[in-house]
Amino acid sequence: MGARVAYLEPVTLITTQTLTKTYPNGVTALSGLSVDVDPGVIGLVGANGAGKSTLIKIMLGLLPPTSGRVGVLGLDPSTDGEQVRSRVGYMPEHDCLPPDMVAAEFVTHMARISGLPRTAARERASEALRHVGLYEERYRQIGGYSTGMKQRVKLAQALVHDPDLLLLDEPTNGLDPAGRDSMLDLIHRIGTEFGISVVVCSHLLGEVERICDSLIAIDGGRLLRSDRISAMTTATDVLAVEVTEGTDLLAARLAAAGITTTVDGHTLVVPLAGDDTYDIVLGAIADLDLPLHRLDQRRHRVAELFRGEPVHAG
Amino acid sequence: MPADQVRVPERASSVIHDIGYQRYTGPRLGRGYSTASLYVHGLRTAFGLGRSGKSKIFPWAVVGIVTIVAVVVTAIRSQLGRPVLTYLDFAGSVSFLVILFCAAVAPELVSRDLRSGVLPLYFSRPLSRDDYALAKLTALASAAWLLLAGPQTIMLLGGVFSVHGPSAVWHEFLDYLPGIADSAVYATVYSSLSLLVASLASRRAIAAAVIVAVFVVTTPVVGVLGVTGSDTVRQLALLASPSTLVQGLDSWLFHGSTRVIGDYGPVYALVTAGLVVACVAAVLTRYRRAAR
Repeated sequence: MGARVAYLEPVTLITTQTLTKTYPNGVTALSGLSVDVDPGVIGLVGANGAGKSTLIKIMLGLLPPTSGRVGVLGLDPSTDGEQVRSRVGYMPEHDCLPPDMVAAEFVTHMARISGLPRTAARERASEALRHVGLYEERYRQIGGYSTGMKQRVKLAQALVHDPDLLLLDEPTNGLDPAGRDSMLDLIHRIGTEFGISVVVCSHLLGEVERICDSLIAIDGGRLLRSDRISAMTTATDVLAVEVTEGTDLLAARLAAAGITTTVDGHTLVVPLAGDDTYDIVLGAIADLDLPLHRLDQRRHRVAELFRGEPVHAG
Repeated sequence: MPADQVRVPERASSVIHDIGYQRYTGPRLGRGYSTASLYVHGLRTAFGLGRSGKSKIFPWAVVGIVTIVAVVVTAIRSQLGRPVLTYLDFAGSVSFLVILFCAAVAPELVSRDLRSGVLPLYFSRPLSRDDYALAKLTALASAAWLLLAGPQTIMLLGGVFSVHGPSAVWHEFLDYLPGIADSAVYATVYSSLSLLVASLASRRAIAAAVIVAVFVVTTPVVGVLGVTGSDTVRQLALLASPSTLVQGLDSWLFHGSTRVIGDYGPVYALVTAGLVVACVAAVLTRYRRAAR
């Protein structure tokens, strides 16, 4: 348990100080990046080529930074790469699975490469595959899997050695909408129920904001913004109400009750002051006898915070 | 219902509980264990173990042939009362099979990993790029050595039963040791060259073809030099092909023969060592750049 004790005190999960990476061909992938990240589920967003993958490789100790400092789990990856890599799980963006191997064998093999003894490797491989939702199918060859199942195997091999930090590079790549949702739910569960910090790289902000505690936005190798999502969403949560007809009537009725609403397309956005907001809204709909189509709670879209930011070609 | 009755099913061992995610608190063995695991995996892969039945066919066919050779010469020896093939001659006489074995296995070990893109998964774990390359090299070399040393051990067992007296058995064993050492020379040279070629090609068929070509295409050069050249050229001709290079070294090192290579034995030793070192260095360089 020794490794976990440090977590009793608040530790910085990832810290970088003026981190710069210039490739030998002159391309600057990261430029003066300084950021501190607390444990949790972290979204790392940026356009393709913004420097996300370079940052991950530096965090794994696979690339030396040109200048600046980086710390992961309190260790320096450029000098303690081996220790960092034994406590971090990595899921690459691209295909990385041998098609002719059975999933259970492959994940067991990867567990042993991560340093788990033979029996533990076998047990945890079964567990990891069960947690990602592959159990019955685990004795089949990976070549016969669907894209969604392959993504799950990639996640299982990153999870199998019970890392303290998971680095997931575009985990929803190539998945259909339902597959995306279940992958995001799974990542959220890993971050909350499993107690493993997760960095999710994505070029889709809307996707990661749903499951993340904090966000790091980078563009052209520079930090755009890094903060907890709660701090980014300046207002509190809102209720999105959709009625098939009579949106204006409802807005007027709520205005009379002292609630200022905004109209967003077909949706009426109601600031959520407390539990009684629900009662007032539902009461108003019932009184007006309106056909209610949708009523759900949501946060302010973080995308709004980035609107108007300068967009560089990445 | 009393509370203690409610708890009874929980104690029953047949009930399956979903215990949720459990953190791992056991030992985490370091880089050495990682590398050793990769080595064992490579050695198993070489013989198709833990893989489909199809990938077992070729390696075990080769194992079968060399085993039959060993069994047959052992049987003949027990009939004739004298060895028809010595331990030292064994590796040389089946060397072409070892080349085919390396040509089939080296791509299985490394080209497959290049093609499936699995390298980033290895390199994001405790072992280093050098560890990966060396584990694969030693796995192939050990597999090729086992392919030779296994049949030689069968020959030893047969030999022990056809000689009489403890001192004769001891002499038999002393003949066997240089035999398996000779096999190690063959295995090292063939596997380092094969692995280098395979690490440069992600398609297994191409890698296998190029490996065979490296050994076979260079052999006619040896023939031409041996026929046309002066004495010195003839004695150095075996250097031109990796397969004859080992034969030359073999004849000097273990047979003390100057018939073919004259006094150039040390040259053969140096060239062989240089070839192995160059191949290993090239493989290491290759993997320092791969999958960046």
